[in-house]
Amino acid sequence: MNTAVAAKERAKITVKDLNFYYGKFKALKDINLQIPEKKVTAFIGPSGCGKSTLLRVFNRMFELYPEQRAEGEIMLDGENLLTSKKDVALLRAKVGMVFQKPTPFPMSIFENIAFGVKLFENLNSTDMEERVEWALRKAALWDEVKDKLNQNGASLSGGQQQRLCIARGIAIKPEVLLLDEPCSALDPISTAKIEELITELKHDYTVVIVTHNMQQAARCSDYTAYMYLGDLMEFGATEQMFFKPVRKETEDYITGRFG
Amino acid sequence: MSDKHLSSQFDNELSAVSTRVMEMGGLVESQIRTAVYALAQFSSEAATQVMDAESRVNTMEVEIDHDLSSIIARRQPTARDLRLLIAISKATANLERAGDEAVKIARMVKAINASGSARSVPASELRVASELAVALLRKSLDAFARLDAITAFSILKEDDAIDREFDGFVRKLITYMMEDPRTISASLDLLFVAKAIERIGDHAKNIAEFTIYVVKGADVRHTPMDQIESVVN
Repeated sequence: MNTAVAAKERAKITVKDLNFYYGKFKALKDINLQIPEKKVTAFIGPSGCGKSTLLRVFNRMFELYPEQRAEGEIMLDGENLLTSKKDVALLRAKVGMVFQKPTPFPMSIFENIAFGVKLFENLNSTDMEERVEWALRKAALWDEVKDKLNQNGASLSGGQQQRLCIARGIAIKPEVLLLDEPCSALDPISTAKIEELITELKHDYTVVIVTHNMQQAARCSDYTAYMYLGDLMEFGATEQMFFKPVRKETEDYITGRFG
Repeated sequence: MSDKHLSSQFDNELSAVSTRVMEMGGLVESQIRTAVYALAQFSSEAATQVMDAESRVNTMEVEIDHDLSSIIARRQPTARDLRLLIAISKATANLERAGDEAVKIARMVKAINASGSARSVPASELRVASELAVALLRKSLDAFARLDAITAFSILKEDDAIDREFDGFVRKLITYMMEDPRTISASLDLLFVAKAIERIGDHAKNIAEFTIYVVKGADVRHTPMDQIESVVN
């Protein structure tokens, strides 16, 4: 299995022998891979292949459900996330997540961003305003909302809401940003803006994106992982994966021969 | 392409464009055969036929490129589909040029005929090289149609044989010209013919390289033979 990451990349997250269970159902099987730092890594594969599950393991989102469990190691900068005694909220401050459907909090645009920051940092109002502006600028939303920061987040369009969620995610300055199909509910223009943003974000963050849209993976990721039925089938540089993947199964999937 | 896409329309489009390439290949092959016949018989009539076919070949190249653009725009092909479409585009460009070489041969035949020196030049000495070139082009089209990298690799080696024939022919031509300077003009025409035949071999070789590119995903142009061999095996 081709899971080697080019030596020049430093691994931000190292997954070792990871197995994941929904009750008795094994959803991830012996996953081994290294997610390179400050790069965009995309997970592709048919529905039910385990790509979203894997993403949810990265910030222990699964622990909300007692029947779900993970075995193995997920090393984030040398610390095993799965056995860490650290507060899970602190972990999620390091490993932020944006979901498929935009999930703005029922509060103002400003508060949507400030809310998370307040949990981890004690900023005075000037610093907080600066942080909110910084996050909104990073998420390419500032110009569109700067005159209506007190309006409810839900008043924004779908694409704006999603960028608001990304702004919220980066406002607490995480190291890793997990994006679970962030564009599946968006029109092409909003999608293009978010893809542009993803390219921008990788200068500061390690980005992991799950997408059903293979062209999106091809456009905005540096590395791509193809998963199928809980197995990591192939992992490699995106260009290689979309030009000459090693495995026939990968090629069949990305060329639309998967049946 | 053996395996089917989920979209049968995509399969149809790919197979339609592949068929067009083979049609174009057939047309160019017959153009070259006719040119070789025109040379052997010093037939101006056959030479005219070759020249008449040129516009059909050109039109096919343009049409195939249009089909390729349309598939790329609508299907966003990846991996071997993408490699196939790129290779088809390059292969048709090579076919069109091979057709141009046939037209050059036809023009030279007419020029030699017009000069009245047809019998005094060693045109028959080009028979081996021209037959090799026609056979090589046919073989490279077969290998391309079947996506057969092994056969494609053997074509790369055979092209050397044509190059050797060409070198040998040039030496003979020089002897002719030295013996009888009156043949110089016709001999020079014949030299262009020999060069055209050699170029047809090169185009066949290029098509073979694109076959390896589709199958193996490696660009083997300008690559030493031993490296290509390790790619193919």
